[in-house]
Amino acid sequence: MLLTITYEGSHTQDLGYLLFKNPDRPQAFSLSFGKAYVFYPEVSDARTTAALLLDIDPLDLAKGKEGSGVPGLFDYVNDRPYAATSFLSTAISKVFGTAMSGRCDKFPDLAKTPLQLTATLPCLKDRGDEELARKLFEPLGYTVETKRGLLTDAFPEWGMSPYITLTIRGKVLLSALLHHLYVLIPVFDRQKHYYTSADEIRKLLSHGEGWLAAHPERERITRRYLFKKRGLANEALERLRQTDVPEKDAGEDEETEESEETEETPAAESDDAPAEQDKPVSLNTLRMEAVRNAVLASGAASVLDAGCGEGRLVALLLKEPQIQKITACDVSVMALEKAAKRLHLDRMPEVQREKLTLFQGSLTYRDKRMDGMDCACVIEVLEHIDLNRLPALERNLFGFVAPRTAVLTTPNREYNAVYGMAPGSLRHSDHRFEWTRAEFAAWTERVCATYGYTAAIRGIGAVDENFGCPTQMVVFTRNG
Amino acid sequence: MDKFKIEIPEFALVAMVGSTSSGKSTFAQRYFKPTEVLSADFFRGMVSDNPDDQSASKDAFDLLFYAANKRLGNRKLTVIDATSLQQSARKQILDCAREQNVHPVAIVMNLPEETLLERNRARTDHRIPDRVVRQHARDTRRCVKYLRRDGFSFVYEITSQEQADNVEIVRTKLWNDHREDTGPFDVIGDVHGCCDELEELLAKLGYEKADGTYRHPAGRKAVFLGDFTDRGPRSMDVLRLVMDMGKAGTALAVAGNHDVKLLKYLFGKNISRTHGVEETIAALDARDDAFRMEVRSFLDGLVAYYWLDGGKLVVSHAGLKQEYIGRSSGKIRAFCLYGETTGETDQYGLPVRLNWAAEYRGNAAVVFGHIARREVKVENRTYCIDTGCVFGGKLTALRYPEMDLVSVPARRQYYEPAKPLDAQAPGEDLGDLLTVEDFNQKMHLETALGLSVDVHENNAAAALEIMSRYAADPHWLIYLPPTMSPCETSKLDGYLEHPLEALAYYRNNGIATAVCEQKHMGSRAVIVLCRDADTARRRFGVQDGTRGILYTRTGRAFFQEKETETALLDRLSAVLTETGFWAEMETDWVCLDTELMPWSEKAQGLLRRQYAPTGYAGIAGLEAATAVLAQAASRDIPRLDPEAPNSVDLTALLTRYQGRLEDLRRYKSAYQQYCWTVRNLEDIRIAPFHVLAVEGRVFQDKTHVWHMETIRKYITGRDPIFLETPYLVVDTGDEASVQKAVDWWTALTERGGEGMVVKPETFTAWGNGRLLQPAVKCRGREYLRIIYGAEYLQEDHLRRLKVRSLYRKQSLALKEFSLGMESLTRFVQGEPLYRVHQCAFGVLALESEPVDPRL
Repeated sequence: MLLTITYEGSHTQDLGYLLFKNPDRPQAFSLSFGKAYVFYPEVSDARTTAALLLDIDPLDLAKGKEGSGVPGLFDYVNDRPYAATSFLSTAISKVFGTAMSGRCDKFPDLAKTPLQLTATLPCLKDRGDEELARKLFEPLGYTVETKRGLLTDAFPEWGMSPYITLTIRGKVLLSALLHHLYVLIPVFDRQKHYYTSADEIRKLLSHGEGWLAAHPERERITRRYLFKKRGLANEALERLRQTDVPEKDAGEDEETEESEETEETPAAESDDAPAEQDKPVSLNTLRMEAVRNAVLASGAASVLDAGCGEGRLVALLLKEPQIQKITACDVSVMALEKAAKRLHLDRMPEVQREKLTLFQGSLTYRDKRMDGMDCACVIEVLEHIDLNRLPALERNLFGFVAPRTAVLTTPNREYNAVYGMAPGSLRHSDHRFEWTRAEFAAWTERVCATYGYTAAIRGIGAVDENFGCPTQMVVFTRNG
Repeated sequence: MDKFKIEIPEFALVAMVGSTSSGKSTFAQRYFKPTEVLSADFFRGMVSDNPDDQSASKDAFDLLFYAANKRLGNRKLTVIDATSLQQSARKQILDCAREQNVHPVAIVMNLPEETLLERNRARTDHRIPDRVVRQHARDTRRCVKYLRRDGFSFVYEITSQEQADNVEIVRTKLWNDHREDTGPFDVIGDVHGCCDELEELLAKLGYEKADGTYRHPAGRKAVFLGDFTDRGPRSMDVLRLVMDMGKAGTALAVAGNHDVKLLKYLFGKNISRTHGVEETIAALDARDDAFRMEVRSFLDGLVAYYWLDGGKLVVSHAGLKQEYIGRSSGKIRAFCLYGETTGETDQYGLPVRLNWAAEYRGNAAVVFGHIARREVKVENRTYCIDTGCVFGGKLTALRYPEMDLVSVPARRQYYEPAKPLDAQAPGEDLGDLLTVEDFNQKMHLETALGLSVDVHENNAAAALEIMSRYAADPHWLIYLPPTMSPCETSKLDGYLEHPLEALAYYRNNGIATAVCEQKHMGSRAVIVLCRDADTARRRFGVQDGTRGILYTRTGRAFFQEKETETALLDRLSAVLTETGFWAEMETDWVCLDTELMPWSEKAQGLLRRQYAPTGYAGIAGLEAATAVLAQAASRDIPRLDPEAPNSVDLTALLTRYQGRLEDLRRYKSAYQQYCWTVRNLEDIRIAPFHVLAVEGRVFQDKTHVWHMETIRKYITGRDPIFLETPYLVVDTGDEASVQKAVDWWTALTERGGEGMVVKPETFTAWGNGRLLQPAVKCRGREYLRIIYGAEYLQEDHLRRLKVRSLYRKQSLALKEFSLGMESLTRFVQGEPLYRVHQCAFGVLALESEPVDPRL
């Protein structure tokens, strides 16, 4: 983990005075997570470079510092000891703290003069977001240069690496450069070596003083710097006194942001349509309302929500006097925990609480607890089940649970073209399939014929002339 | 004086009835076990601290019946010691008995009123007014007359203290209970007058006709499942045959619904003359009275079901629910005769049956008939063997305990069935649907290897999620591989793991011969392959037309795209056919434990997200660092006092960073060893190392050398996809042999190999009275960079890493191994899906326990 700062011009050796670090004296500093070294690879009148090198023990990261009793935060195999991360920000503030404050005892004026400075960060993780570096640094007056290599030369098909070597050049105050780096490095990395606390807001505002409020990317910077602590992020944005921050549908963005991290074990995501297209009313909201309306129209007094996720539909249905009883289940324990929290289960009034049964259940298992409801809702669930397991779900839902009404929704694959998605790609990494309208209709027909149901299909969301709606919904009604 | 005998069923609900001071409690304590007696006074005391507090009665009785239900649920005789003089009090007891299908018995203490008054007056504790005693005595005298009518199966009256002191309680077995009869049996399905086929079947089963009846030379007994007559041509002959065998003691019989109907007729009752009974009646009417009387008494004596062979076998006409076994009531009798229906009718106008067999979880095999189908239907240890002989199907016998089927085809169709024999009633059959209650609670799994495994609820929940979301069709998951522990941490400098420890483990546990197998670095793949899709459907119940699968250690299909999977399975099948595997192993399916390479095929995501970026970042970061360090170190700056605070020796630092860079480069080449691009099938390698099971056999009794050689004989060396695994047999007590293993491992790992797996000679091995690890792995130095980080060999790192505990890992490995063998055994023995799946589920649940993932 390395940062070099180069000063070009004349008497550039003065960089030593600005940084409070003697160019002829390599130094080591002890930090809580390892060591930092400061030394000068080149020193001349025209050009002087200072280097800040971090020495982080990979084993400390994985196992926790020896004897500390604190468990490690990261895997043994990890880029943390090598890539530019929040460790570097911390080191900058500890080692160059005086320079950051704009103080220079020897040449006070130099500290207040914009200088020709170049900062280089090898190995900054932008996750392939080509625009990010430019969007973050250009508004601050830097010229930005990035270099990116193949992830591994042996397998070009694995693509490019998620890291860049970043070089920024500009005529800026040294202290400003340091503040910029301090705030923006973690914005790239999106993963911190410490737990984000309320103190972070203070740090962000103090290091961002004078430039963050006017930065066109301030929202993203704030959100990512605060590491997706939405509550903190909103508080911070508020304090930036920006009145033009549009209210976001909570959670919507977060899902998209997190999609990469959750690839292997996707949490019970409640929505998967790319968020950008869904403003101002999210597709999820439209979907829940459509389902609720279908449930109410069926005359149901009791509802099974199978695959309830975080309980958005349950929350809607609890408000409906027509619905006397709700049985909600999900296969994900984590989703159920979120649902319990979201619905404030622990302090729900008893009358309401008695309406609701919440349990872990799976639609591919026969489960008598699901029986006896007037209407079953299976919202955005099908596409998470392998196609060859669907018959088990069908037999269970329509053969055994056999509700009078069943409401199901699933994405309309054709509509992905409207989102500009590559052909063949699916909306979420856990989707096993997505159906076209014709495929969905064919499946629906087969279910009707096998289990004695009548179906009515409709779309949910904005209609596209060629591709239909983003979500398709079917309401099954049992014959006889 | 002769004892007064009170005969009660060994399983009964006994109500003591009688006045206060009548000596009920004394009687109950004297003649029953203390744990059998539930006294109202005791429960009143329990809820109120005062056994006489009548206001506590409601709570007390709630608790008393709660306890009674628990006892009766466990099939334990229970005595209720309360006055029970009021109709409502007795009704509660009778309801409880009905609910629990247990005979209610009343023992009435009807002592002379004067005796009661005397006793009450003599009492120093809770004395009560005389009028109450008189009232009780009156109530007692009155209720005695009604107890039978109210529903008590047995009523005994004690009229004097002398009698009370001279009682002998005789506990009798239920009529159904023939558990002492161990057979062996030949259970024969619904005959319906098909005597030709019955005679042929008996002959085929080995029965011989002698002295006018059938006997088996080996002493086997025929068990008839009822419905002897109607629809078929020779109903009278069937009755004759069955009655004769019964008399000779060579057959048992239970009643069927047709038999009960016929009995009604014989008792002169009006019956609807449908379903083929009219010919039977005509034939009976043509016989003499003696025959008719014999039939009547035979049918009248038939029980609804038999409980046989130590409780391991139940036979009944229409089956028996688990909770009915060993019990008796009108409700149970009706169930045995007619089964249970939902009240709806199907498309053929026939009642829709409740599929009790789908919910059956008992250990006893339940053999029944009643529902004619083309083939015998086996579900959860229930066997419906009515194969519709009279409808032109066949007459089938189930041989017990062998559990094989013997049948003879019908000579013709004697009667048109209302519903075709092949018709599947919708909703009748759970098929591949597993029931959540078998998996979402605490599970206790016994394994044949002696280890029992408890799966806790939260682990079961995790497994339920993984199974539901990711796992392949549960029918395929007859085995999930166990985790494997590394060998004990090496004491040698520079090594975390070394073969010496692995071999020492077995040697110290008394294992003389070990087998070292090269460990391939790929992904674990279990292969189940059937000769054809039909076998898959028949043997595994897989309905989607596939003939096999490759799945990961968590039960997920290895290949999402079916073409690759199908092609690989076809290639394997071709090899097995060519080498004569199917024929020589007498099987049409096989389950193999294998390693599939390259690693990058399955671990692509992991590689691209974690391993490759770490290598990239490490090398890029350290290259940049060494470059600036070199540049700075070459500057001509005054040497500073090394003692000065914070001073750094750049040259030393440069050397250290160069070393780190070298570590990262080695790490990169370590992980890249196991990666190659798969352009097509030919780039895939599969190394089988266990032939786990084929039809009828689990090869846990074979040595590892047998497994290796069998694989060589039948699988590897023909198609380049299937790779042989080099192995070495080691004498653990011989230094030279051990050294050879060390050299072998060293050579292997220096070439970049992952390492080796050391196994005891036999598949399952015991040492010092304990089941031993079925295998321990011993990983190479370079390989371990992938596990512990690129720089793990740095002295300081290695020192810290050597502190590790294998206990949890080893314990998990044993449990999972036991479960794996158990599930294969259960599958091979034809156990129901849920029983097999519980083991696979258990392995997955155990895998959700926290254990150091680097082990």
